[in-house]
Amino acid sequence: MAEEGAPNHLRNVKHIILILSGKGGVGKSTVASQVAIALQKMGKKVGLLDVDLCGPSIPRMFGVETHDVHQCSDGWVPVYVNDDQTLGIMSIGFLLTKKSDPVIWRGPKKNAMIKQFLSDVFWQGLDYLVIDTPPGTSDEHISVVESIRDCNPDGAVLVTTPQAVAVGDVRRELTFCRKTGIPVLGIIENMSGFACPNCQECTNVFSKGGGQALAEYAHVPFLGCLPLDPNLTRCLESGLRFLDMFEQSPVAHQVTAIVQRLVEQCASKE
Amino acid sequence: MDVPENAPEECPGTQSESAGKAASCEGCPNQQTCASGQPKAADPDIKVIAERLRSVRHKILILSGKGGVGKSTFTGQLAFGFAQDEKCQVGVMDVDICGPSMPRILGVEGEQVHQSGSGWSPVYLADNICVMSVAFLLASADDAVIWRGPRKNGLIKQFLRDVDWGALDVLLVDTPPGTSDEHLSIVQLLKEAGLDGAVVVTTPQEVALLDVRKEIQFCRKVGVPILGVVENMAGFACPRCQTVTEIFPPTTGGAERMCADMNVPMLARIPLDPRIGQCCDEGVSFVTRHPESPAANALRELVDRIRLQINLDGEPVAAAAASGAER
Repeated sequence: MAEEGAPNHLRNVKHIILILSGKGGVGKSTVASQVAIALQKMGKKVGLLDVDLCGPSIPRMFGVETHDVHQCSDGWVPVYVNDDQTLGIMSIGFLLTKKSDPVIWRGPKKNAMIKQFLSDVFWQGLDYLVIDTPPGTSDEHISVVESIRDCNPDGAVLVTTPQAVAVGDVRRELTFCRKTGIPVLGIIENMSGFACPNCQECTNVFSKGGGQALAEYAHVPFLGCLPLDPNLTRCLESGLRFLDMFEQSPVAHQVTAIVQRLVEQCASKE
Repeated sequence: MDVPENAPEECPGTQSESAGKAASCEGCPNQQTCASGQPKAADPDIKVIAERLRSVRHKILILSGKGGVGKSTFTGQLAFGFAQDEKCQVGVMDVDICGPSMPRILGVEGEQVHQSGSGWSPVYLADNICVMSVAFLLASADDAVIWRGPRKNGLIKQFLRDVDWGALDVLLVDTPPGTSDEHLSIVQLLKEAGLDGAVVVTTPQEVALLDVRKEIQFCRKVGVPILGVVENMAGFACPRCQTVTEIFPPTTGGAERMCADMNVPMLARIPLDPRIGQCCDEGVSFVTRHPESPAANALRELVDRIRLQINLDGEPVAAAAASGAER
C-alpha cells in the first residue's frame, strides 16, 4: 500500500507493476495489455497506464482510440473498457486533438505530463496498476520511478525478444532497475518462435534462448516464452480480446500462467 | 521550433512578434528576455558543426516512430551495401543513446574510441566504414545510460562537433524510436550542415503505422525531406514448406496504403528472414553472407535506389581525402 506523500490517487492502488524493456518493438504494450486483461479475468480491478507519449499504442489495442477523457472533481476519469469498470485505461493518446499528430516534446515537458498522469488520474481504488513504458532508460522512466517510489511498487516485468541485439539493451534496463531500486519480478521472452500454420514447423524467427540466458545471468526469475501468433497481432489491431477469442492457444495459456505467477509473487508481499 | 524547453504549452516562439507579450507568456521564466526584444542568440555550435561536416557529402537519417521495426538492422545493412564499393567512404552515427545497437550489428562491439588532436576517432570496421556510438564509451555491456534529455542532447552535439569523421561520401544516422530530444537535436544541429533526407522504416501492421505516420508528420514539420518508406518484416516464408504468413499482418493496407495516403515514396518491402537477425547478432553483412535470398535481393535493390536518389555517385570525394588520409 502507498505511504503518506505519494501522489494522491495512487494511495488506493494495492499493486503496481511496471512493464519495461531497454529495446523497442519487443511487445511491451502487447504484454501490458494482455497482463491487464488476464488480471481482470481473474476478478481483479485493474488500471492500465500508458506513459509512451510518442508512441501510445494502448488505446488502439482496446478499440478505444477515439475516446476522449473527462475530468471530474477528483481528477481525470480513466476510459473504462467495460460497464463494470474493472479495467480502466489512461494514455496520452486520449488527449491528442488529432490522433495522427506527433507529440514532439523534449524531456521536461514529458516529465510534467507523466507526473500529472500519475497524480491526477482518478483510479478509484485498484488491485493492480499496470504501467506500460516506451523503450529506453530516460526521462519517462526516471519520472515514473521517482513518482511511484513512495507507493511501494511490486516491481518490473522486463520484456525481451530472443536475439542478442535485444538482450543487449535489456541488460541495461536491468541495471536501471537495480540503480533505481525497482525489484525485478521477472523476464518474458516474447516472439519466441513461430509455428507455420501450414506444416507446424517451428522457426526461430528472432533466434532463441536469449531471454532465459539473461534471466540466469542476472539471477532474476524467467517468467516464460511467448511464441509469435499473428492472431494476437490481429486482435490487438482491431481492439479484440485475444484471451477470450483464442483461449486455447499456446500464447493464451502462457500469459495466464505468467500472470498467475505474478499474482502469487505480489501476494507474498502483502 | 524555437520554443525553449521551459516554455509553457502555448509559447508563440522566441522569434515571434508576440514573444514575451502573449497571454501564454505569463509566468514563463523567459518572459522578460523575450519581451525586451533581445534576439535569442543562435547556437554557435551549429556553424562549427557545419564546418566540421563540410567533408561529409551526404547525410541520411534512419527514422521510425516505432521501436523494433529494424532501423538499426537496416542502417547496418545499408552501410555494408554502400561500402561494397571500396571507393565509397561510409560513416554511421548511432544516436540511440539508451539502446545503442550499431556496434554489435557492425561487428565492432567492445572497441574503444580514441582521442587525437583532431577530435574523437570513430571506430573503423573496414577501411571504408566507421562508426560512432555511446556504446564505445561504456565500460561494460551492463552499463545503462540513464540520462534525461539535456544530457543526451549534449552527447549528440559532441558526436557532430567533436568526432573526426574525415571525408565521407555518406553519413548514416541511426535514431531511437519516437519524436523527442534526440530527433529534435539532430535536426536542429544539422540545420546549416544540411541533410539529404530521411528513410522511414516500418513494419506492416497498424500499431506500427500509427507511430510512423507521426514520424512522417514530424519530418514535414521540421523540414526534413523524406526519401521514402521501407516496409520491413513483410511476410515470412516457412523454410520447410514455403508457405508465406503475414506474421505482422497489414490489417489497414500496410505501408503501401500509408504511403499513398500520405504521398510519400514507398522504397521497398523486405521479407522477414531469420538469418537477418542472426547476422545482426554476429555483426556481419547479411547480403554478403546470403546473397541469393529474397531479402538480400530486396536490400540490394533498395541500396541502389537510395544511391541514385541522393546522387551518391556524383562528383568524387576530393582526391587527397580519398587516398586514405591520416585518421
